[in-house]
Amino acid sequence: MILLKLFLTFFKIGAFTFGGGYAMIPLIQEEVERNGWLDSQSLIDFIAVSESTPGPIAVNLSTYVGAKIAGVPGALCATAGVALPSFIVILIVARIYEAFRKSTVVNGCMTGLKPAVVGLIGSALLSLSQTVFFPAGLNTAILGSVSFYLSLLLLFAMTVLAFKKVHPIIIILISAAVGVVIGYILDI
Amino acid sequence: MKYKTIWELFLTFMKIGAFTFGGAYAMIPLIQREVCDNKKWMSKDDILDIVAISETTPGPIAINAATFVGYRTSGYLGAFAATFGVIVPSFLIILLLSFLLTDYQNIRILRYAFWGIRIGVLALILKALVSMFKKNKKGIFAYIIMASALVLTAFVKVNAIFVIIGCAAAGLLYTLILRKEVRW
Repeated sequence: MILLKLFLTFFKIGAFTFGGGYAMIPLIQEEVERNGWLDSQSLIDFIAVSESTPGPIAVNLSTYVGAKIAGVPGALCATAGVALPSFIVILIVARIYEAFRKSTVVNGCMTGLKPAVVGLIGSALLSLSQTVFFPAGLNTAILGSVSFYLSLLLLFAMTVLAFKKVHPIIIILISAAVGVVIGYILDI
Repeated sequence: MKYKTIWELFLTFMKIGAFTFGGAYAMIPLIQREVCDNKKWMSKDDILDIVAISETTPGPIAINAATFVGYRTSGYLGAFAATFGVIVPSFLIILLLSFLLTDYQNIRILRYAFWGIRIGVLALILKALVSMFKKNKKGIFAYIIMASALVLTAFVKVNAIFVIIGCAAAGLLYTLILRKEVRW
């Protein structure tokens, strides 16, 4: 039963993601939290792992969630689920490619979908930031902690590096190293 | 002869899957080199078609691109071989990691490393958000859609799928109102 649920959930995620792996994050977040499969902290950790391992982020995320919930069969069902909508839709579209490309309906939907993806990723970023910076909700105690200010500083530095087109893996390695140094010094 | 091509499609896309880091846009140049320059399965112009079609259909761009190239090169079997190939390396590596990464929260150095990494990931998502914003068409309609999608999912907690369907419908309606000539 859990295998069928994994398959269907990831099928749904695959069918409604437009524009690549990051656009999938809000959908995955919603589903894994509603089903109690992963908390948002583990989700962020795993986005990092997906960035630092080869292959499509979407496949990495579904394989991981599937494996966590139901081992190897779970990983198979989740990954098959996320890939299948793509596979079916592309096989149909490849045959009617010219008509599809010029279709007013398709282009009209894309006029709405492209900006929607920006809003959705923005929303995922907001809720993930909340998990990172205010894990226990908004309270004033956090404003007195040194690690809060250090993490803001680290976010600023890494954002600068990201915009200087430093490779994601390098950014993840630097953040990990800084995390280890700060962790041992502050003894969190 | 045909089965040789199918086997090559599988191997080529397995290689592409194993050597792409950081998502689909890093994969496009690799696909171009392997599929157009080395194997000559498609022409340079076809790459633009692959990108366009992968962006306008649902699902991970890498899978869309693999299925499309495989189908164009040798039909249904080719589509399956290429898609399977691009998934296999990810699947195996992640499966292995999911067994290794079971209680990383209890290992002190990993806990600290992930404390830093989470912040690095926020920076990467922020960067992706800004580049997607820049790639989008400018204009009042696009901004309204962006803002509504953000507010509806983040604050009103509407299911992301309904937001996606709603925005597609709004885009369609907007386009139909603006255009006189309609091609279904």
